[in-house]
Amino acid sequence: MMEFFQNAYFIAAIKAILIFAAVLQIVPALVYFERRIAAWIQDRIGPNRVGPVGVLQPLADVIKLAFKEDITPHGADRWIYTLAPMLVYAPAILAFTVIPVGMGLEVARFDVGIIFLLTISGFGVYGLAFGGWASNNKYSLIGGLRASAQMISYEVALGLAVVAVLMRAESVDLQRIIVGQWGAGTEGILQWNLFQQPLAAMIFLVASFAETNRLPFDLPECEAELVGGYHTEYSSLKFATFFLGEYVAMLTMSALMVTLFLGGWHLPWIEFNTTDPSTWGVMLSVLIFSGKLSLLLFFFIWVRWTLPRFRYDQLMHLGWKVLIPLSLANLGLTALAGVLEWSWLIPLPW
Amino acid sequence: MAHDARDHDDSHPGEEHPKPSLAERTFFLPVAKGLGNTLRHLLKREPNTIHYPEERRAPYPGYRGEHRLKRDELGREKCVACFLCSTACPAHCIEIVAEEAPWSDREKRPRIFNIDMLRCIYCGMCEEACPCDAIELTPVFNIPSRTREEKIYDKERLLSN
Repeated sequence: MMEFFQNAYFIAAIKAILIFAAVLQIVPALVYFERRIAAWIQDRIGPNRVGPVGVLQPLADVIKLAFKEDITPHGADRWIYTLAPMLVYAPAILAFTVIPVGMGLEVARFDVGIIFLLTISGFGVYGLAFGGWASNNKYSLIGGLRASAQMISYEVALGLAVVAVLMRAESVDLQRIIVGQWGAGTEGILQWNLFQQPLAAMIFLVASFAETNRLPFDLPECEAELVGGYHTEYSSLKFATFFLGEYVAMLTMSALMVTLFLGGWHLPWIEFNTTDPSTWGVMLSVLIFSGKLSLLLFFFIWVRWTLPRFRYDQLMHLGWKVLIPLSLANLGLTALAGVLEWSWLIPLPW
Repeated sequence: MAHDARDHDDSHPGEEHPKPSLAERTFFLPVAKGLGNTLRHLLKREPNTIHYPEERRAPYPGYRGEHRLKRDELGREKCVACFLCSTACPAHCIEIVAEEAPWSDREKRPRIFNIDMLRCIYCGMCEEACPCDAIELTPVFNIPSRTREEKIYDKERLLSN
């Protein structure tokens, strides 16, 4: 019996179930907090009727959505129409597999973690474009086109910002990137890539807003001009899947940002025994990761209710003429500093 | 010269658009300011809205809600069925059928006085037109009902308001 529990496949399955379940549980909480924070920012009260202080509101929303009529519009490409929401949701949750949520704890550890993550999350754009195309609706189509153009444009800047981080870490393995950001004591916080690569962090932050279609870059769903964008025609659980996919994508992007720039699961004041990790150590590291993740998610929500939406040409201008040159310059500078060993510019790990 | 100089001269003093400074164009300072503003509201938490069914805001004076037909000191309706309100009504929602009044101080009184509350636009013209001060608008605004028929108020309903 004991052998069964120590079977690598069994452990992997348990980890996958736990982490994916946690991610799916965070989404309703996130929706609730988003609505409450939005209300407070706008001097309203927000949902507070369902359950104590309204915490069961997301549950009520899901039940309502589940009982709605599932409509497929006339002339829609039924096969692609059904596939699209899944294509948004699946890459978002798959990308989460490689995120190290704690010390040595992730669903699957690949040597090429970050590359896998960027590749898979890039597939999300197919879901949006397919949804727009298959709906047989001009607004959906424009939304889908915008989504694909926007995501492809910002993926370049995002990727280039990540490469600068990889150069510093000299690895594409996310756990090694995290360990590379370790520094003891209060000044150890400067080892975080947020301070080592501030420009890359800024570019990554802005691009991740665009990648997850969050305000100020939510042009694909731009309700003022496109009704609802690519999901205009979707109802019931298909709409819910789109919604879920969007929030999971936001979660994955935030988790990646914590991993790459905010030191992942460690804090400089707490020593971790990485060679022989104790259960409490792993739990503490998960807690630290969750704390950092929550702060970043709060930032996502906070920005959404602060900034107005960009115009489409402004979005493209920012992506191609500002972020990509900036990230290229940052990449070149980091490479140069590495080759010439300018440790005064960028402190090197060796 | 028939040509308007302003079409070509960018430096015309009246037409100047101040070029945004570098700090404004990079967005960081304005965005930080905006974030500070929303954070202040977030932490202050003084909602301008209320918990509606439990808390109710008193209507402002002069609020135009449901109608009421008034009675005089003898308990008779003041209305003399002169039709001025239904004539003034832009929505044609007042239906009056007159009958002879049993009292000596007036000739007519309404036998039927119906207001279709679904057609009414709550403009208060009936109140303005009434020579006897017999009809007025009350501040009652939450007036739901389950059928359309219920929303045609007859004389008794209006007198009891």
